[in-house]
Amino acid sequence: MTTGRVRIAFEGVSVAFGPPDRRLRVVDDVSYAIHDGEFVSVIGPSGCGKTTMLNMVAGFMQPTAGRVLLDGKPVTGPGPDRGVIFQEYGVFPWLTVRQNIEFGLKLRANRRPAAERAEIARRYMRLMGLEDFADAWPRTLSGGMRQRLALARAYAVRPQFLLMDEPFGALDAQTRSAMQNLLLEVLRTEGKTVMLITHSVEEALYLSSRIVVMTARPTRIREIVEVPFGYPRAEALHEQPEFGRLRSHLRDLVMQEYAAQARQRFAVTD
Amino acid sequence: MGPGVRRAALILLPWLAIVALWYGVHHSGLISPALVPAPHAVAARFAELATGRLPLDILMSTRRVVTGVALGIALAVPAGFVLGWYRQVRTFVDPLVNFFRALPPIALIPLVIVYFGVDELAKTVILFYAAFFAGVIVMYEGISQISPIYLRVARTLGASDSEIFLKVVVPMTVPHMLTALRVALGVAWATLVASELIAAQRGLGALIQDAASFFQLDIIYVGIISIGFIALAMDLALRRLSRRLLAWQERMA
Ligand SMILES: Nc1ncnc2c1ncn2[C@@H]1O[C@H](COP(=O)(O)OP(=O)(O)OP(=O)(O)O)[C@@H](O)[C@H]1O
Ligand SMILES: [Mg+2]
Repeated sequence: MTTGRVRIAFEGVSVAFGPPDRRLRVVDDVSYAIHDGEFVSVIGPSGCGKTTMLNMVAGFMQPTAGRVLLDGKPVTGPGPDRGVIFQEYGVFPWLTVRQNIEFGLKLRANRRPAAERAEIARRYMRLMGLEDFADAWPRTLSGGMRQRLALARAYAVRPQFLLMDEPFGALDAQTRSAMQNLLLEVLRTEGKTVMLITHSVEEALYLSSRIVVMTARPTRIREIVEVPFGYPRAEALHEQPEFGRLRSHLRDLVMQEYAAQARQRFAVTD
Repeated sequence: MGPGVRRAALILLPWLAIVALWYGVHHSGLISPALVPAPHAVAARFAELATGRLPLDILMSTRRVVTGVALGIALAVPAGFVLGWYRQVRTFVDPLVNFFRALPPIALIPLVIVYFGVDELAKTVILFYAAFFAGVIVMYEGISQISPIYLRVARTLGASDSEIFLKVVVPMTVPHMLTALRVALGVAWATLVASELIAAQRGLGALIQDAASFFQLDIIYVGIISIGFIALAMDLALRRLSRRLLAWQERMA
């Protein structure tokens, strides 16, 4: 299903942190591409370097070696073309729901006239089921509502990319599954190229068109798994034999990497 | 009884209790009544002074406090921004700030008199000092605790540096500014009286000092109570302002 042009590319990317004598190699020569309209999930053991990779696409940091390309050009910094959804939501507490959504539309980079702003805010509030909370303060929202607000705010500036770092990790199972379906629904109406980081094999399978499995640190690509299911998807997908087969395969890979990580740690402290 | 009446009663109750206690002590004979003027005597003295020197004393003291705090906070806010924002600056400025903050402003009064004389300038300098150091600490502690996630989010939405400052950092700092203002006002009132005790013709501190030389205990009480109530009124006004500006914040209770 990798038909479209390449939008995001990792080319021999390596990242290391710390001073030369106590160098922590985190990402080791990673190369892969995300094509237009693809939904790529990245899974791998905790601490392997997934967030680090997303941060490079988002423009929060640069690789130590290699290049991260966006439409063929190296990423130099964050920008409104890439919507980022953080695990901690990052909803602005001093702004109401409506004001949060309109925040990006009032910035010089993507300023819209007031009437259009209001219209966009209305649309995403409706889409995310927040219309009854337009003037509510974020502190009065539930976790799932905050995550929907973060999504609405990112969508409002019409990014071409959606970068999500364990966006549903803090939600309970039901809310999480509702958010996954909402995300699929929104993506169906306004396509985006998506990079999702998740700990959940199940979530990765249900949402993505491809899954990149990373090894323990220093992380490399363990395997790239094509997900053979088309869109739109429905909950019943979870019950399909092929889904189950891929799920156990992916679980095995991730567990092996966790085991490798544990062995590594043992070797270091030895 | 309506909720409004109940509230008023609850607010008044402790004050009435204090007045009652005061009468109790006055009449108990434990302390010579001459040393504890009765509340009504103080009230009478208050009424008398209210048509005499008191309004000007209050005006002078309030003006000094407001000037000192305004100047102190006006500098504490930008200084707090710089210290809170640039970790490197903080590492070497922090000990300095804590050194000067630890000095009680009252202990500096003799020096201030030597260098700045005994006029308004000297008092303003002391109050400025007190307000600045009280305010700057609150400001930079608050700013250094702003979660970087909001800055990242704003950047990914396309915010420039100046937009991040105006639309993220400033709103997140407002609560700390208000706290700094409240703390500075409290410290300034405490310091003011000390500075007026030393060298002032007018002001509530001077009123108290003058009364002390003639052992006019009732006037001393008038002065003290006036200070308390003005400080209380200012704090209430600030709290009301906070409530309006900070509706978004989680409040205790
Ligand atoms: N700025 C930094 N300075 C030093 N080390 C860092 C920095 N950022 C990340 N690391 C280290 O790099 C490694 C990978 O971090 P990263 O956050 O990318 O992991 P992750 O795969 O997202 O983990 P998790 O699944 O737990 O979120 C970790 O060991 C972390 O300590
Ligand atoms: Mg992470």
